[in-house]
Amino acid sequence: MSEPVFRARALTKVYRMGESEVHALRGVDLEIHAGEFIVLLGPSGSGKSTLLNILGGLDTPTTGDVRFLEHQLTGADEAELTRYRREHVGFVFQFYNLIPSLTARENVALVTDIAVDPMSSAEALSWVGLGERLDHFPSQLSGGEQQRVAIARAIAKRPQVLLCDEPTGALDYETGKLVLEVIAKINAELGTTAMVITHNAAISGMADRVLRLGNGKIVGEEKPERKLTPAEISW
Amino acid sequence: MTSLDRKLMRDLWSLKTQVVSIALVIACGIGGFIGSLSTYSSLVWSRGHYYDTARFAHVFATAKRAPASLTQKIHAIPGVSEVETRVVRDSQLSIPGVTPPMIARLIGYDFARPAGMNRLTLKSGRWPAPGAKGEVVVNQRFLEARSLKLGQHMNVLLNGKLERLQLVGTVLTPEYIYATRGGGMPDDEWFAVLWTDAQALAAAFNMEGAFNSVLLRLQRGASSEAAVEALDRLLEPYGGFGAVGREDQVSDKILTQEISQQRVFGTVLPAIFLLVAAFILNVVLHRQVNAQRGEIAALKALGYDDLAIAWHYLKFASVIVLLGVALGVWLGNWLGNAMTGLYTDFFHFPEFHYRLEPWLVLAGAGAALGAAFGGALAAIRGVVRLRAAEALRPPAPAAFRPLMIERLGYAGLLTPAQRMIMRNLERKPLRAATTVAGIAGSVAILIAGTFWSDAIEWFMDVQFNMVQRAQVNVGFAEPVPREARWELARLPGVKQVEVTRAIPVRLRAGHRSYRTALIALADDALLQRILDAELREAKPAPGSVLLTTRLAERLGVAPGDEVMAELLEGKRVKSWLRVGGTVRELAGMNAWMRLEDLNRFAREGAVVSGAGLLVDRAQEGALLERLKQMPAAAVVIVNRTLVDTFRETSAKNVLFFTAILSAFAATIAVGVVYNSARIQLAERAWELASLRVLGFTRGEVSVLLLGELALEIAAAIPLGFAAGYGLAALLLALMPHEMIEFPLIISRPTYLYAGAVVVAAGVVSALIVRNRIDNLDMVGVLKTRE
Repeated sequence: MSEPVFRARALTKVYRMGESEVHALRGVDLEIHAGEFIVLLGPSGSGKSTLLNILGGLDTPTTGDVRFLEHQLTGADEAELTRYRREHVGFVFQFYNLIPSLTARENVALVTDIAVDPMSSAEALSWVGLGERLDHFPSQLSGGEQQRVAIARAIAKRPQVLLCDEPTGALDYETGKLVLEVIAKINAELGTTAMVITHNAAISGMADRVLRLGNGKIVGEEKPERKLTPAEISW
Repeated sequence: MTSLDRKLMRDLWSLKTQVVSIALVIACGIGGFIGSLSTYSSLVWSRGHYYDTARFAHVFATAKRAPASLTQKIHAIPGVSEVETRVVRDSQLSIPGVTPPMIARLIGYDFARPAGMNRLTLKSGRWPAPGAKGEVVVNQRFLEARSLKLGQHMNVLLNGKLERLQLVGTVLTPEYIYATRGGGMPDDEWFAVLWTDAQALAAAFNMEGAFNSVLLRLQRGASSEAAVEALDRLLEPYGGFGAVGREDQVSDKILTQEISQQRVFGTVLPAIFLLVAAFILNVVLHRQVNAQRGEIAALKALGYDDLAIAWHYLKFASVIVLLGVALGVWLGNWLGNAMTGLYTDFFHFPEFHYRLEPWLVLAGAGAALGAAFGGALAAIRGVVRLRAAEALRPPAPAAFRPLMIERLGYAGLLTPAQRMIMRNLERKPLRAATTVAGIAGSVAILIAGTFWSDAIEWFMDVQFNMVQRAQVNVGFAEPVPREARWELARLPGVKQVEVTRAIPVRLRAGHRSYRTALIALADDALLQRILDAELREAKPAPGSVLLTTRLAERLGVAPGDEVMAELLEGKRVKSWLRVGGTVRELAGMNAWMRLEDLNRFAREGAVVSGAGLLVDRAQEGALLERLKQMPAAAVVIVNRTLVDTFRETSAKNVLFFTAILSAFAATIAVGVVYNSARIQLAERAWELASLRVLGFTRGEVSVLLLGELALEIAAAIPLGFAAGYGLAALLLALMPHEMIEFPLIISRPTYLYAGAVVVAAGVVSALIVRNRIDNLDMVGVLKTRE
């Protein structure tokens, strides 16, 4: 097995919410390897998004240690984290977070403008099957199409990891499957390490490895015997 | 163009009305700044240029009669480069068809050679032929005020002999840019300055080989004070009335005050505009940043650093500011041109000169950018502080709590709609306060810009109904016995006579000196009174002098101190006078004494030099005709005519400024109210659309949003009244006010007007926003996450 891409030790995260403290992570240990397709399962409030955000350099742990390849993410300052995100990480969010005032092509160009060796916007969009809808604004696209633009935006920089937070959460069944196909394709064909947060247990069939979170800890880990294609899963 | 810049362009376009409204507020600030200060510098330049080309004198003096041979001695005064002597006489002037008497100042002029100083510029007609008797040129202002035609004949009393003069031309002179008989008010209709052949004039007054007026030009760097002192000493034996430097020359003094006002207007009011613009920008940017939390988070997640995102929003602010600056420079240039034109006309400068100095544009743009960035910075700090992970979560639902009134148990008093409005205001007190402050600012600007006519009206009312209640004032050529009052009382229509005594004086205290007159009123005077700004009557204490506070300040003396009084008439007594008190009079730089004290001080008997008359209006014409025939009555002033002239001249300027300031203030009000409403609408679209889905009518939903604005406007107006009062006080304090101190009087109509303009601006904004509320997309709004 290859060197781990991510290596996390004893991660905790405590939020202050007014007067009370919320323990989002309570000691997470984790290794993720290059090219793996990981599914993170868990109920609301189990700490999935917090973990994803820490791995993606959007947040920092309260205690513990996390590394991405040779980069130490704990203790990195804002500038280092920004460079890390810019160079290595692609994000996909549940609500797409597209810029409504920019077309599909321009939303992707946001990344190609600042990345080191990006693919072209058109290429990224044809990867997700939207080569024909380059000049549409988000408001002119369906939810599934918007999510695919977000994925195109995430992969245009040729990231090493693709972090997806509930990518199908806002989509219907058919569209959701279409989006999962795109993610699987990127994982398989570009070798991008993919990590998908979901409520949907059916999606775990696609994973190399499934991590279950509960109450801020990893409470279970499974390796499906056979990796299914999105077409083979249903919910 | 990068994608981020494309986003910028589209964001700006989607907020175009807000962008334009903020830019307009900035434009008003810059426009006012550039307009006023360019007018100021253009007028200063014009004055300087005019003074230079006309070779305006540096020192002015008058005497009774000095021999021509004195000229050489005057020339020998250190620092003096040129001397010009002339004959100047005031006498009664009459024009067919005009009953009230006018005064003509006759000035001897050698039309055959160019004058060394105070050169005349021929405006129309021709010069009098050299040696021609009875031909005169007149100051242009008099001709215009009286609508006279060239060729017109008029009569003057020359040394007791009625002389017919013909008007052959009109002229401009730096000496009488403001023509006045000595008071602080322009007096164009009743005071003519006539230039006539020098020899003829001298002959008429038996002044051949003599002069009674001297003009000096000084070498560069020479001291005007020293020259004034030396000239006073030389002229003393010949009845010198005291020399003055250019800074105390009446016309120059009023002109300088008038010009300096532009500088005060140009700095105080624009500062408020920029402050308000900074407020609005801050609120709008805050809103923009909040609305784009998700986008900012996405950008951060994509790897944009804080600097790039902050710069993106700063550019948003900069585009608005630069748009405002561009509009403002255009507006300022237009305004400066218009105001300079207005003043050039008003002052009768021979040339129109307007120049917009580049530093003004730079300073204006710099101030606007500074204010805008100040306003933008807090909002942008929010962008930097926003942790991407946090921003990806939807913002926590706003925390509401019961209102104070509800906590006190009076919840039943409010309808649910009123409760929503009140809670919303209570939840964001800072934003509500900002909106209220912005609207109050526009009310304040309106008041501070338009109260001047109230102050002037009040001033005129006090001056002519309470201080000088005489309808006609008579000045005698020479002091006359006190009994002259009985003679005046017998004239037709005279109901009451009160005598006065005035002696020109130079007051000295240490190194400071000032030329004015010692004035005495009868103890029981009713027609002329000494009133302070609060209308309390003051009387000079026995054996002392009572000074106008401004004069005491100028001399640096306080009650109990002594001043050296050098009388410039009669026995020319020089002696110490005790300052018995000071009085904050609205007008003049006066020194008051009791009548018997003044006559004793002057070592004269019971004489008087003037009288105030209360007359029957029906017989005024007959009285004035009789007075014209009395050689002893050298000066006759009908107060009513002064008031009319003053009103006419001030009305034109006041109207222009009121119009400009009203437009500016309405711009601010619309800018604040409209932006506030748009932001509220954007933030609460979800809530309002939900209410529409639940069955609320458009009207009911509008009330929720616009009700809040109405409350804010209602709160802002009284605050604006108070702020306007303060701002007016500040402007008055900063204004130069040697001769006249305008009182802080703001009338009810002025308050009403300011309130009405702001309410109108509110209604216009509400109508624009109402249109958007009517078109709320219920389904669409409910679908979006925010």
